Amino acid sequence: MGFVENTETIAGCNVRFMRGGKGAPLLFLHGSSGAARWAPFMEKLAESYEVFVPEHPGFGASDSPEWLDGMSDLAFFYLDVIDHLGLDQINLVGGSIGGWLSAEIAIRNQTKLNSLTLVAPAGIRVKGLRKGDVFMWNAEETARNLFHDQSYAEQMLAAPPSKEGLETVLKNKLTTAKLAWEPRFYNPDLHKWLHRILVPTLILWGDSDKVVPAGYGPAWQELIPNSRLEIIENCGHVPQIEKADRFAQLVGGFIGEVTR
Amino acid sequence: MKFYFMHLMPYADLDLSYDEKHNSAWVTLPNTYYDPKKGHQLYNRYLDELEYADQLGFDGICVNEHHSNAYGLMPIPGVMAGALARRTKNVKIAILGRALPLLNNPLTVAEEFAMVDNITGGRLIAGMVRGIGAEYHSWGVNPAFSHERFQEAHDLILQAWTKPGPSVFEGKHYNFEYVNVWPRVYQDNPHPPIWIPSQGSSETIEWAAHPDRKYTYLQTFASVSTVARYMKMYKDVAAGYGYEATEDQLGWSLPLYVAETDEIARREAKEHIEAFLQKFLRMPMEMLLPPGYTSVKSMVGAMSAKAGHSMKQTIDSVIEEGKFICGSPATVREKLEEYQGQIGFGHLLTLLQFGTLPAELTRKNMEIYSKEVMPYLRNVTARKAA
Repeated sequence: MGFVENTETIAGCNVRFMRGGKGAPLLFLHGSSGAARWAPFMEKLAESYEVFVPEHPGFGASDSPEWLDGMSDLAFFYLDVIDHLGLDQINLVGGSIGGWLSAEIAIRNQTKLNSLTLVAPAGIRVKGLRKGDVFMWNAEETARNLFHDQSYAEQMLAAPPSKEGLETVLKNKLTTAKLAWEPRFYNPDLHKWLHRILVPTLILWGDSDKVVPAGYGPAWQELIPNSRLEIIENCGHVPQIEKADRFAQLVGGFIGEVTR
Repeated sequence: MKFYFMHLMPYADLDLSYDEKHNSAWVTLPNTYYDPKKGHQLYNRYLDELEYADQLGFDGICVNEHHSNAYGLMPIPGVMAGALARRTKNVKIAILGRALPLLNNPLTVAEEFAMVDNITGGRLIAGMVRGIGAEYHSWGVNPAFSHERFQEAHDLILQAWTKPGPSVFEGKHYNFEYVNVWPRVYQDNPHPPIWIPSQGSSETIEWAAHPDRKYTYLQTFASVSTVARYMKMYKDVAAGYGYEATEDQLGWSLPLYVAETDEIARREAKEHIEAFLQKFLRMPMEMLLPPGYTSVKSMVGAMSAKAGHSMKQTIDSVIEEGKFICGSPATVREKLEEYQGQIGFGHLLTLLQFGTLPAELTRKNMEIYSKEVMPYLRNVTARKAA
């Protein structure tokens, strides 16, 4: 099936897109490691949906605009992106800080959304439930802590980034710091407004997530009225990579159920 | 050339086997390693050493700012400067902090510095830094905004010192309806000298050398070739702005140990400088360089340089690179004369206590340096200037 790649200029900012498949629109918002390549789970989703994968401003091949100071800027920017693409009835799916971003978009304007899927989202704080300090982890610790199945970590470590790849890693990390260094991976105001999200919402979490612990799942589920929580067993912070089949099945099943 | 006695005030009683359990003497090293009884002794010993420098004829003494670590016990350097302000009579007091981006209200620095400047009748040198990367972990401040917060905090402090108050400050990170610092700075023509310590950064040099500022650029702990390169860069930038940089705009800070002979110096210093290098400075890259602390380009450079220099620093390696000067008075005089001649710095900040160096050796080092090195170099550089 495959995908095509292009750059769109939106509100003066160049954004790299990958897109593939046909069907209802599905917008995937990546986490702090970006979305440099078309991953197997994207291919699976593209069997049923028209999948859009932008790289956020400040990540990968997209511009780092002057105005980007925090998550609120990024959320408003994505309202521009949705208008620019002319999409409606979007199935919005976001992982980690992309999940946080998806929730921030939804509390601002959900009129163009059909469904929302949050995959191990950052964005809120439960006191005493500490997130992993990704800024303190080296490459090896990062790889090991991202996955439950260490063969994924081995694979990641076996292919260290080139010089250009390293620049992208550092660029992504810089933007992640802008968004999430302090307060650490959350917006103190977000929890107050999550009740406004009325679109059907699926929350997915790996049971052995070392970045944002699975204990956050029930907190999200309580804050978003029309939501359901699915815990994926033997899985770390990125179920879409580590359990790609299960992920695609859960997301597809959920969207099918809520789409009339 | 002017001579300064610089102190880091390390926790010299640190259990050096800490590194069997912990990967750094910074940020995450449990503060249960610190014993306040020993700390009490150390603080007073170190303050005595700084006061002794005044008696020995140094031009200045320097205190420093670091947080949550065993490397230096001066998180709030103004406390040290305040204690020294009254007990010293002649020396300049350089506060080489403050780490401006860490502060939510930089006016506290405008106030603190102004107080020291008033008490001492104008003996303050105002250091402004961004802090090292580890500080952003310890203080939770976002390193991605480090540069812009530094610039803005600097502008705010300068406004507080030079613009009659009350005035308004409208920034991105800082906003004030009434900037009106009491006391005003004692050195008010136009403000106390400002020094910019740095580990080496072209952006910092471009900024410090600007004709509106002409701040003293202070290269900290680096090889002679690095010092020479950055000081040349400063001079070139100044020339590009159409003026000639003076020696007063260039300073170098480094550890130094001088003893009766080369052999004695090396033997006495070895254990203590290696504790400094291998134990007190120890931290992983992620702590040292958080995202945004330097540009992505310099970070890629630092990471590849690090990959090539993973060798442990020893007394031999740092002497070889000229990061540490160690030897008899003749050796030390010769090296400093040569470097000063080549590089042309006007301020030399020597760290005469480092790591675990005990009180007796620190005093001996200070005495030999002030009697057998300083006067000679004063004459040489005065002759050169004349």
